[in-house]
Amino acid sequence: MLHLVNKSPFERNTLEACLKRAPKGSSILLYEDAVYAALQGTTLSAAMTQAAKTHDIYVLTPDLTARGLDGASILEGVRPVDYDRFVDLTADKGTVQSWL
Amino acid sequence: MKYAILVNEGPFNHQASDSAYQFCKHALQKGHEVLRVFFYYDGVLNGTKHSAPQADDRNIVKRWSQLGKDYHLDLAVCVAAGLRRGITEEVVAPGFRITGLGQLVEAGIDADRTIVFGD
Amino acid sequence: MSAESDNSAEPKVKRFMYVNRKAPHGTVYALEVLEMVLISAMFEQDVHIAFLDDGVFQVKKGQNPAVLEMKDFSKTYRALEGYGIEKVFIEKESMEERGLSADDLIIPVEVIGREELGALMESMDVVLSA
Repeated sequence: MLHLVNKSPFERNTLEACLKRAPKGSSILLYEDAVYAALQGTTLSAAMTQAAKTHDIYVLTPDLTARGLDGASILEGVRPVDYDRFVDLTADKGTVQSWL
Repeated sequence: MKYAILVNEGPFNHQASDSAYQFCKHALQKGHEVLRVFFYYDGVLNGTKHSAPQADDRNIVKRWSQLGKDYHLDLAVCVAAGLRRGITEEVVAPGFRITGLGQLVEAGIDADRTIVFGD
Repeated sequence: MSAESDNSAEPKVKRFMYVNRKAPHGTVYALEVLEMVLISAMFEQDVHIAFLDDGVFQVKKGQNPAVLEMKDFSKTYRALEGYGIEKVFIEKESMEERGLSADDLIIPVEVIGREELGALMESMDVVLSA
């Protein structure tokens, strides 16, 4: 299963809601404002690094670029993907659930 | 893959419609099929021909119409949600059509993947 | 009524889940999800509804949005069973966090643990959220 999260974890709880329920081994794509969850040096970095050990976590690069985060340090274990790869993920990982 | 896409939000207030558009464009370019893009909740506002953004901004409605034309997409606007928000046959942009909510369920049944873009 | 075209061999039955995470009235999502659920009942699919996080407030007893001249759709949840929609789940942890118990709810629902809900979501073909 592929979980989609699109809100900043500093503003909304959708990432937290997803992580609480997504079984180990499932995939999570951070896009739109959720890309802020993929950054190093935030108060959430430790928790996210931990989450990346139990889940496959991806971050959408065009949403990083749009936000001036092109060269930003992404957490270890979080994989940057473009839109083509986003499409591949939806095909490869089974049912898609959006956490809204 | 056959995709059904649900757009929950209107243009401009949220990125949902932009993201749905980018996803569809890339999926179609890769040779996937988009069975239907269904606009529900405030998403129905993506279907108004009266949207007139400033020239230096993207025209979200026209962009959907163009993608619809290029790939023969079914751009389906929910009738009940549309009526609530003043989106009727008289105001829908080229390529969009007004239809029942059942068409979303139908698309979900027929598609390999259903993807929701919302807020 | 069937969603199938006339000559298909087997009717497709998919596992649908409607995920409700938002409280009612403050936004329109709860009402319009409910409309979606009722329509889906006509397609003879395997329909599931889940209430979690603030979504649990959607099925709280005693709602009276009429006082704000807003629509009271909470009664409609009672009609779900009549539409053949019986797989209605509420997350135990979400209820507890918000001081609710099964007695506070407008309809009988199956109380499900967080982990179990995650596994149930994983088993779906289509997940619709708002």
